[in-house]
Amino acid sequence: MRTFNPEGHTAHAFDVELNDVKHKVMTMGGLVESMVHNGLEALLTMDEVIGLQVTEDDHKANQLELDIDEDCTRILARRQPAASDLRLVITIIKTITDLERIGDEAEKLGRIAVKLSNEPNTPVYYKDLHHLGEHVKVMLRDALDAFTRMDVEAAFHTAAKDEAIDTEYSNFSRLLITHMMENPANVSHALDVSWCARSLERIADHACNICEYVIYLVEGQDIRHSNLDEMRKKLL
Amino acid sequence: MNEEVNPLPSLEQDQTSEQTIEEIVASLGDTVGQPRVDDPKMSVSNVDVFYGKKQAIFGVDLDIANNEVVSMIGPSGCGKSTLLRCLNRMNDTIPICRVSGELTLDGEDIYSKDTDPVLLRARVGMVFQKPNPFPKSIYENVAYGPRLHGLNRNKADLDDIVVNSLKKAGIYNEVKNRLDESGTSLSGGQQQRLCIARTIACSPEVILMDEPCSALDPIATAKIEELIDELRENYAIAIVTHSMQQAARVSQRTAYFHLGKLVEVGDTDTIFTNPRHELTENYITGRFG
Repeated sequence: MRTFNPEGHTAHAFDVELNDVKHKVMTMGGLVESMVHNGLEALLTMDEVIGLQVTEDDHKANQLELDIDEDCTRILARRQPAASDLRLVITIIKTITDLERIGDEAEKLGRIAVKLSNEPNTPVYYKDLHHLGEHVKVMLRDALDAFTRMDVEAAFHTAAKDEAIDTEYSNFSRLLITHMMENPANVSHALDVSWCARSLERIADHACNICEYVIYLVEGQDIRHSNLDEMRKKLL
Repeated sequence: MNEEVNPLPSLEQDQTSEQTIEEIVASLGDTVGQPRVDDPKMSVSNVDVFYGKKQAIFGVDLDIANNEVVSMIGPSGCGKSTLLRCLNRMNDTIPICRVSGELTLDGEDIYSKDTDPVLLRARVGMVFQKPNPFPKSIYENVAYGPRLHGLNRNKADLDDIVVNSLKKAGIYNEVKNRLDESGTSLSGGQQQRLCIARTIACSPEVILMDEPCSALDPIATAKIEELIDELRENYAIAIVTHSMQQAARVSQRTAYFHLGKLVEVGDTDTIFTNPRHELTENYITGRFG
C-alpha cells in the first residue's frame, strides 16, 4: 500500500497552497456533514427552524465549492502539478462536486421537513428514517475521515457499506409502498418521506464516490466501476 | 581534455558525503518499468560510463524505437546527457571518458572497431542546446553534411536535399528568399530549426536532442515541439530536457535518471500521472533537494 504526502515541495508556497485548499475541502466536508445531521434532525422532529437553517447552509456550501474550484484552477494554471499533486487537485475538484450534491440532498431533507412541519396529522416514519439516516451519517463521516487521513484501507471499508445502505433503502421503500396501499390518505406524506429516503441513499452514493477518489489519489488506480473486493485484494 | 566535465555536481557530493555514490546507487534498486521495446532501433545494454575514476552511468538498459520520442529527464548531473552523447559516440572526443556495455544500432555494436564514428553520426544525428549554425550561408549550413558524406550526385540533387531538409524542419518558407544569407543572421528559434534541417539533411535514422529548446522563447519552443512530433513519423528520437512539461508534451516514453542510474522508465502518461518510484515522484512533483 502506498502513502500520500502533500508536503515537501522545494517551493514551500506550493505546500501552503495545497494544504490551504485541502483544509477548505475539510471545512466544506464538515459543513455538509452538519447539514445532513440537521436535515435529518429537522425531518425527525418536524422542526421548521432547523430545516430553514439547512437551506441557509446550502448557500455556504455552494460558495465553498466555487472558492475551491477557483483555487484548483489557479493551482493548475500556475503550478502545473504532476503525479500525486495532479491527482490531489483532480480528487479535490471531483470531491467537492459530490460534497455540493450532498449539500443539495441535505437541503431537500430540510425543505421537506419545513413543508411537513406545516401540515397537520403527519405520520412520521421515525424509526426507519432514523435508522437509515444514522447509517448514512456514519458512512459520510467515515468517507470524510478517509479523505482527511488519505487512508485507502478506511476508504475501501467505507465504500463497502454502500451496499447495505442500498438494501436498507430498498426495504424502506417497500414499507412505504405498503403504507400507501393500506391507506391512500398516506400517499402524499409517504411520497415526501420516500424522497427523503432517496436523498439519504444518494448521500451514501456520494460518500462512496469520495472513497473511490481517495483510493485513486493514493494508489493512482481508478477503481470506479470495478469490483471493490478484487481491487482491495490487488491494492492492499 | 576537459577536466571541467563533472558528471556528479558538488550538490550531490555534499549531500552524500557519508555514503559513496556507488553505495547510494546500489540502494536505488532495479530500474522500475520496462526499458525494452519489441523492435528497438537503438538498444543500450548494461552500459557503464566513467569520466576518469568517476562513474557517471551505472548499468543502464534502455531501448529507443522507431517512430517514438523517448525523453530523458532528471536533475543536473544525473547522466542523461552523458548517455545521449554515448548514442552517437560524441564522448569519444573526451579522452578520460570510458564506455562499457553494449550500445547497438539496428543490432550492430556502435562501439565495435568496424564502426566509423563519422558515418555513425550521420545515421545518428544530434541537435544541441545552443543553436550552433556554421558561420556560412543558410544553404551551405544544410548542404555541408550531404556533401561531406557524398549523398548527392550533382548540384540539383544537393539543391533538392537542402530544400527538402529545410521544409521538413519547418523553416523553408521563412528562409527561401535568403538562402545565401548567413545562418547566424537568423533568430534563435530559426537557427535551431536550421540546425535540425542540417541534421535531417544527412538522412539520419535517429535524432538525438540535448535540451534543444532551453535557449528559445515559448513560441520558438512550440514550433520545435511541433516539429519533433512531425519528425517522429520518420525517425527514432531521444531528447534530454530539463522541462518536464516538454517531456510530457513531446514524448511517448520517459526515462528518469538519478545519480547515473535509470530509476524508472515507462509510458509518459504513466510517469506523469502515477510514477511508481519515490524518486521519480519527488522529481516530477518538485520535491527534489
